[in-house]
Amino acid sequence: MRDRQLRARDMLRGDLEGEELERYVEEKVVVTRFEEMLNWSRANSMFPLSFGLACCAIEGIPMSAVTARYDIARFGAEAGRASPRQADMIILSGRVSIKMAPVVRRLYDQMLEPKWAISMGACSSSGGMFSNYAVVQGADKFMPIDVHIPGCPPRPEAVLYGFTKLQRKIMGNPDQGWRQRYNAAGTEEWARGGPASTPSPEAVEAYEVARELARA
Amino acid sequence: MADGLSSPLSAPPAVETEVMTINIGPHHPATHGVLRLVVDLEGEVVRDLKPVIGYVHTGIEKSCEDKSYWKVIPFVERMDYVSFFFQMEAFCGAVERLVDLEIPPRAKYLRMIFLELNRIHSHLVWLGTTALDLGAISMLWYCFRERERILDLFEMATGQRMHTRYFQVGGVIEDIPVGFEEKLRKFIADMPVRVGQYEALLDRNEVFLQRTKGTGIVPRERLLELGVTGPLLRAAGEPWDMRKTFDYLAYPEMDFKIPVGTVGDNYDRYRVRLAEIVESVRIVEQSLDALPEGPFIADDRKYVLPPRSELPTSMESLIHHFKLVTEGYRVAPGEVYYAIESPRGELGCFVLADGSAKPARVHFRDPSFINLQAFKDMAVDTYVADMIVSLGMLDPILGGVDR
Amino acid sequence: MPDAPGLELIRGEIEQDHPGAILDTSFDRGQATLVVDSEQVLEVLRWLCDAPGQGYRFLSSLHAADYLPATPRFAVHYELLNRNRVERLRVKALLADPSAGPVTAGDPPPPPVAKASSGVGSPTAPPAEGLPEIDSCVELFPTADFQEREVFDFFGIVFRGHPDLTRILLPEDYVGWPQRRDFPVGGEPVTFTYNERQYG
Repeated sequence: MRDRQLRARDMLRGDLEGEELERYVEEKVVVTRFEEMLNWSRANSMFPLSFGLACCAIEGIPMSAVTARYDIARFGAEAGRASPRQADMIILSGRVSIKMAPVVRRLYDQMLEPKWAISMGACSSSGGMFSNYAVVQGADKFMPIDVHIPGCPPRPEAVLYGFTKLQRKIMGNPDQGWRQRYNAAGTEEWARGGPASTPSPEAVEAYEVARELARA
Repeated sequence: MADGLSSPLSAPPAVETEVMTINIGPHHPATHGVLRLVVDLEGEVVRDLKPVIGYVHTGIEKSCEDKSYWKVIPFVERMDYVSFFFQMEAFCGAVERLVDLEIPPRAKYLRMIFLELNRIHSHLVWLGTTALDLGAISMLWYCFRERERILDLFEMATGQRMHTRYFQVGGVIEDIPVGFEEKLRKFIADMPVRVGQYEALLDRNEVFLQRTKGTGIVPRERLLELGVTGPLLRAAGEPWDMRKTFDYLAYPEMDFKIPVGTVGDNYDRYRVRLAEIVESVRIVEQSLDALPEGPFIADDRKYVLPPRSELPTSMESLIHHFKLVTEGYRVAPGEVYYAIESPRGELGCFVLADGSAKPARVHFRDPSFINLQAFKDMAVDTYVADMIVSLGMLDPILGGVDR
Repeated sequence: MPDAPGLELIRGEIEQDHPGAILDTSFDRGQATLVVDSEQVLEVLRWLCDAPGQGYRFLSSLHAADYLPATPRFAVHYELLNRNRVERLRVKALLADPSAGPVTAGDPPPPPVAKASSGVGSPTAPPAEGLPEIDSCVELFPTADFQEREVFDFFGIVFRGHPDLTRILLPEDYVGWPQRRDFPVGGEPVTFTYNERQYG
């Protein structure tokens, strides 16, 4: 410890030379691209929108996941922002009704780029058990979603797990799940817009990414 | 507010001001969900107010008509998502009255234990979020610490933290596991101490007292006209508690008090709810002491699933099981309104049976929905800051309001 | 709860003051119900509220139900509560569906209630046509405000004299009355690869 402090002091003074300097630099300095560093810091200092819709809000970011036992502050996302203009992540916690959907879309549009969205729970991911006239069947019908967290409601641990998935995605290393683990890229089924036609451009892109990762 | 500050509330201001209409919500951290308030402001004073609701309208009542009776239970839980056990009890109780099914005494006591734990849970969520609105952020951590312990108990007995689907028509789905009682006893020994600590944090807090005392007063007669029930009504001095007045579960055998306020301001509402937590702990303790042995679910194979152990040996049980799971049971035509005391007031469930295996109509009289009508009376001619306090003390759960 | 004889006593007393107001009574599963002519429901409610010895002054719940195959199709239920005696009483006002009027009128036994309600029409305002109407009880029970709006929202039952009868839970521009039995539940089927062509 003492030794390291001394070396750091020498380094700052410019006293370190030759082999010692090289060793010091190898240990202490990481060379990376600027974008990666930017994304790394983005992923580790998220500002979620403190926004709750229904049941999942109690288990999710506005409440349980923030409190002491789960403490999302460990992942750098405890500073909830009340205004969408200051937030860069929205968590859809609960069912989105047809009356709420325009409001949610507007909130999402008001957020500044770059922004991410997590759909928490079965209801906002797919409509869940409420397959009826009043609920939008899946929030990705009206806005892009990055991570879906299953559960009804998901446990706070699941929220944390989903959040770390989002962090990896932000850092440019998205998890492809079991398809990558089992080398099964190419088995995806893409939901199509119309009667069985070509997949959407996003789907093709995601497919290419998955193939590439599987090859690597 | 203190007297010196109250002048702009009543007298018209000396300066000519304009009434400004502003919109609060549906996304606003202080509205406890997705409530939208259209408020007419004169300076800082609320002159008119209109709640706009329906942003989490889920169509649960319609979905229930499409499901057989036993499949309705998880739907109704998700209405008022803080007091899920109460919806289950209201619905199961209504169906039990429809099919005239008596539940065994052990199930009654188990239900009471979980209902009262849920009441404590609901009040803790209320206290944490309301104190957060008032700026007392540390209350959130303390209240949610105890809430996690209650949820651990729920998870231990039922397998889920929230939305447990524990109550069945005829009783409860499973007996409590080994070790549950010990853990529960530890919790109920701690809880009154915790309530004392909450009081110590808030009751001497000058900001909290200034903001709650004397604000949001609505006279008792007006509350009754508006159909308000629950802690709001009790805080105004009306000792109306359905656990005492109506005979359901084993509440008549319990010894507990009804906390009643005197003034009916926000401070009384807070005191009444904290006192209710202590009374609920007493009920849990008594029902745990008096927990009778015996079956935890009725033995009527027409409505209740046979025990799993019988399935491999008894053909009849297998047939019953198959029939109940696929079609469900049919209920003779009739209609029943069954009301219980939820943490927010009278929670009524109206079930209309038309003879088929699906209910023809399930309607919930949700206390948050009715109580929200009193919000205008509480908030008009007060400051915006007091309006936020009144809303917190009203404790509406928007999932219950919109259903 | 008033027991079955008590219910008949109440019926007899109301019959004296408002002849023809009570169509039927029922005592089922321990719950007493007065079936009331929808044109006189306000008088009956006021009588139950004010008459000496009654005092059903607390309206617990107001909701509607759709008994689709039956001929007076809708019913508005008033769950009244006497808080001193701890007694509940349900008042049920049957309402026919005016839009189904020509169809049922063609049948040999036309329901008399349907004839009466469609014949009286709308004395106050001309609301949407073809909707059943009933008097609002907001003056008597202010708690009915939101609940009547909810019933209007879901069943399309118009409450005459309600101060602000608009949709409450659904969007303002929503078309249809979703809680009616002939309204589809909605939602969408889950698509898999095998049924994609069918639904997709």
